[in-house]
Amino acid sequence: MAQAGRIKAKHQRLVLLAVALLVLIGAALLAAWALRNQASYFYVPAEIAARPPEPGRSVRLGGMVTRGSLKTAADGVTIAFAVEDGRARVPVRFKGIVPSLFVEGSGVVAEGRLGADGVFQADNLLAKHDENYVPREMKDMTRDQAEQVMRETK
Amino acid sequence: MHGLANPARFLRIARWLMPLCLSAGLVVMLGALGWGLFFAPAERLQGETVRIVYIHVPAAWLGMAGWMGIAAAGFAELVWRHPLAGIAARACAVPGAVFTGVCLLTGSLWGRPAWGTWWVWDGRLTSMLVLLFLYFGWMALSQASEDSNGGQSRAPAIFGLVGAVNIPIIHYSVIWWNSQHQAPSITMGKSAMAGDFLWPLLLATLGFTLVFAGSALARMRAILANQQAEARLRRKALNEVYRTP
Repeated sequence: MAQAGRIKAKHQRLVLLAVALLVLIGAALLAAWALRNQASYFYVPAEIAARPPEPGRSVRLGGMVTRGSLKTAADGVTIAFAVEDGRARVPVRFKGIVPSLFVEGSGVVAEGRLGADGVFQADNLLAKHDENYVPREMKDMTRDQAEQVMRETK
Repeated sequence: MHGLANPARFLRIARWLMPLCLSAGLVVMLGALGWGLFFAPAERLQGETVRIVYIHVPAAWLGMAGWMGIAAAGFAELVWRHPLAGIAARACAVPGAVFTGVCLLTGSLWGRPAWGTWWVWDGRLTSMLVLLFLYFGWMALSQASEDSNGGQSRAPAIFGLVGAVNIPIIHYSVIWWNSQHQAPSITMGKSAMAGDFLWPLLLATLGFTLVFAGSALARMRAILANQQAEARLRRKALNEVYRTP
């Protein structure tokens, strides 16, 4: 009898805890869902194009540096390039030293503000590394060739 | 698991499992780090700084695994009143916190050359920092409840389960939200990381995990030994009280 009572208490605790955990996970998912826009670290170009931030407000813009868009001005430290996300493209101007991972076709996060002329004036550039890790020996190959080699060696 | 409910039986297993985990883990870890630091190639964009990954990723995994251990032990303690659960949770806390700290430090060291900044407040970095603070809070709570009523409190177990909510947030932070941190390179069944990096990384992860398991077992043995010594002292003190007329 005492044995049966003990097992019952154990099951009761298991059910109670399972219900509590389900409620907890549900609450966490709801919170994460509510944060889905606010917790993003930057806007992508499509969001800037759809709802431009008011000029002068500090925002971060993130995306890929468009290939062939990077131009250095005559003074040598002012650069202009475009950031794209496949749907929209935002021109960016920046004066200063860029991080070593900043290259065309790679990710970038620019901190600054959208000018009245539609050009994003960046105060600071952060390079973004993507999830691909490719050995240096393969760097002269194109991306497709490198992926081919990776498939073969895997 | 209930076979281990007897601390004496657990101690018999831990006596040979702990040195085995620690020695095998150290050998595998040092081998993998040697491979990663001296033989693996430099990365196309990151150059030599890619080598930090062989410490950073295992540390991130173990920082999260430590909390999963605390949560699982909390569950076992609340439902089955497993006698070793609280001890296992306390044994996971310190190595888990240390690895979380190592993950944050190595990430910061890598971020300076790679991103151009030591720290940003994006989803991944912030949620990992929250994990470190959760560890500190958990250790303080577990210490306090142990001091007040001899380790009988369920509060650390409940805290451990509630804090586990942060673990999927850390993992999905780079998928749900735009972030400075890159998306996971290794997902179920495929890898965006060339084998040259992947194999030493997996080996390092195995080595660090064995070291973690070994140190958690060592700490469990130490906590059990402490409890036995305290119980013995208490018995002795009681005997002396009764002997005095």
